[in-house]
Amino acid sequence: MTNVSAPAGGTVDYVQVQQRPEFAELRRTHRSFVFPMTALFLLWYLAYVLFAAFQPDLMAISVFGNVNVGLLLGLSQFVTTFIITGLYVWFTNKRLDPKSSVIRHELEAKGVGLPQDTAQAPAGAAPAAKEATR
Amino acid sequence: MSTHATILAGDQETLTTDVGNPWANIAIFLMFVVVTLFFVIRASRNTKTAADFYAGGRSFSGGQNGTAIAGDYLSAASFLGVVGAIAIYGYDGFLYSIGFLVAWLIALLLVAELMRNTGKFTMADVLSFRLKQRPVRIAAATSTLFVCVFYLLAQMAGAGGLVSLLIGVDSRVGQALVITVVGALMIVYVFIGGMKGTTWVQIIKATLLIAGSLLMSVWVLALSGFNFSELLGSAAANHPDGEAVLAPGMQYGASLLTQLDFISLGVALVLGTAALPHVLIRFYTVPTARDARKSVVVAIGLIGAFYLFTLVLGYGAAALLDHDAILAAPGGQNAAAPLLAYELGGTLLLGVIAAVAFATILAVVAGLTITASASFAHDIWGQVIKKGNIDSQGEMRAGKITVVVVGVLAILGGIGAQGQNVAFLVALAFAVAASANLPTILYSLFWRGFTTRGALWSMYGGLSSAIVLIAFSPVVWGRDTSFFPNIALDIYPLTNPGLISIPLAFFLGWLGSVTAKTAEDPVKQAEMEIRSLTGVGAEEPTRH
Repeated sequence: MTNVSAPAGGTVDYVQVQQRPEFAELRRTHRSFVFPMTALFLLWYLAYVLFAAFQPDLMAISVFGNVNVGLLLGLSQFVTTFIITGLYVWFTNKRLDPKSSVIRHELEAKGVGLPQDTAQAPAGAAPAAKEATR
Repeated sequence: MSTHATILAGDQETLTTDVGNPWANIAIFLMFVVVTLFFVIRASRNTKTAADFYAGGRSFSGGQNGTAIAGDYLSAASFLGVVGAIAIYGYDGFLYSIGFLVAWLIALLLVAELMRNTGKFTMADVLSFRLKQRPVRIAAATSTLFVCVFYLLAQMAGAGGLVSLLIGVDSRVGQALVITVVGALMIVYVFIGGMKGTTWVQIIKATLLIAGSLLMSVWVLALSGFNFSELLGSAAANHPDGEAVLAPGMQYGASLLTQLDFISLGVALVLGTAALPHVLIRFYTVPTARDARKSVVVAIGLIGAFYLFTLVLGYGAAALLDHDAILAAPGGQNAAAPLLAYELGGTLLLGVIAAVAFATILAVVAGLTITASASFAHDIWGQVIKKGNIDSQGEMRAGKITVVVVGVLAILGGIGAQGQNVAFLVALAFAVAASANLPTILYSLFWRGFTTRGALWSMYGGLSSAIVLIAFSPVVWGRDTSFFPNIALDIYPLTNPGLISIPLAFFLGWLGSVTAKTAEDPVKQAEMEIRSLTGVGAEEPTRH
């Protein structure tokens, strides 16, 4: 309870795990998705804000009926947000979770990461319970 | 200036209304109080440990938590403020909602799951994981408390005016009484129900708010034959500025300064949301990182849908209501949504919408209070003062005492801020979160070379620069809406500090780290990275 991060039981060399190719691969997979995607949506949002602030006349050009460029661009920000959310869910389910759970199961098999402040809970039930919640 | 702050915080003006029936509004609101109290008392039976009190036992599902996040995030300002802004300023009101929504991608992609995997109750748990515990925890808790207090004060002060409109109390004493009732209810909810109770209040409120705005949106669209283009046409035809309502620029187009101000606000909204402490704490209420991910996905869906409804409602109000009547209504643009409800469904719908607005304030202040309480009791009292020698019960006791203290301070602050223009505090809260919290969160999760010195420089630098810039901005000096209208000390010309303070805080975090003389523990860094990405050793849900 004194140290939030102290692993209970289990002696694993975290530095060694960190240097293993499987973990490097997991980190690379994670970053290769989230970093470019973050850059992409931030730039797209910034472009939209700058466009709205400095080019309102272009935003006012009518596309059909009373619907203009500005409204379509604004709504497209909603659409891209929903699309990126969907892509991320697909990516984590397909690519990320399988890789991370292999490493987690291996570490948990060595007794790392059993809950420390749930001592009242039956020890050993924890890893199974974690899976059961899914 | 105050227009955009007004959108964020609701209006401080005293509102009186001659539409609707105050007693109907009160009755519907009392029903909300009774229903939520039932859930809060039920939740209290299972609140036995600190993990129950601060994190709801980590036993909410992703869907429940996502709904609660929407309930926590969509303040009365989002509803009344954005609808009103679109009704009066057209497209410029819509610009806000886009920033509010897009911001959630940062939470989804970079923050939610990694925070859930490495933290326990608070943001400080994550930030101090591999750095020096005491100084980093104190800094993180300080920034958390600042953000919560700014946000809380603005909400409480707004509550007086808003609720007074809705239940027809317009004397100063009456408003103070209303603020006291709101604050007392909040204390009861959080004290008894802890995070479980707070979460249920937020879930119920989010459901009511989204269902209510969906109903009104369908109603408005039905009146235009479900033709959105036709609705826009009627809005333009009914608005004195005509076609201008359909394009940006009515509010921000005035000058380069107003344009820069808008950009500064937009950046602060997008970068601040994922670093708001009361948002971060919600990620700990679910059993696993996968549920944290699902929470954000559900929240993005609900928040996105809600802002689409506000677009319809805003233009609907512009089309159906008299422009001058909205502005003449006490409270001005914030009255647009209630007036639209009355126009559509008479006293009953107005009562429902009024109760929803009241519930909204209550849920948001409850979320802020439990966050401030967790930060003080867990970080400052438990880890810094008691150095971790405190059991779960002791931490919960400290938390409950903090809830009462924060609640009483919020009531007094809210009464004191009555009639003051404190709406800028919400924009400031976002800017502080984006400057003081986000750089350190991202650096500690993603940059191996980050150090304690970098964290302290970034957090204190971001916090103080944001506050100092505001202190020398037109918010305080030299304009009609300022605290000191007659003294031109506004050295910083914008009303939002984000454009300067956010890059500065990122820079300070980097500079402090590369110049640090002491290296950080590589084992802790390895452990944090492995935990954050795999979820090994993450805090478990409690079982009752």
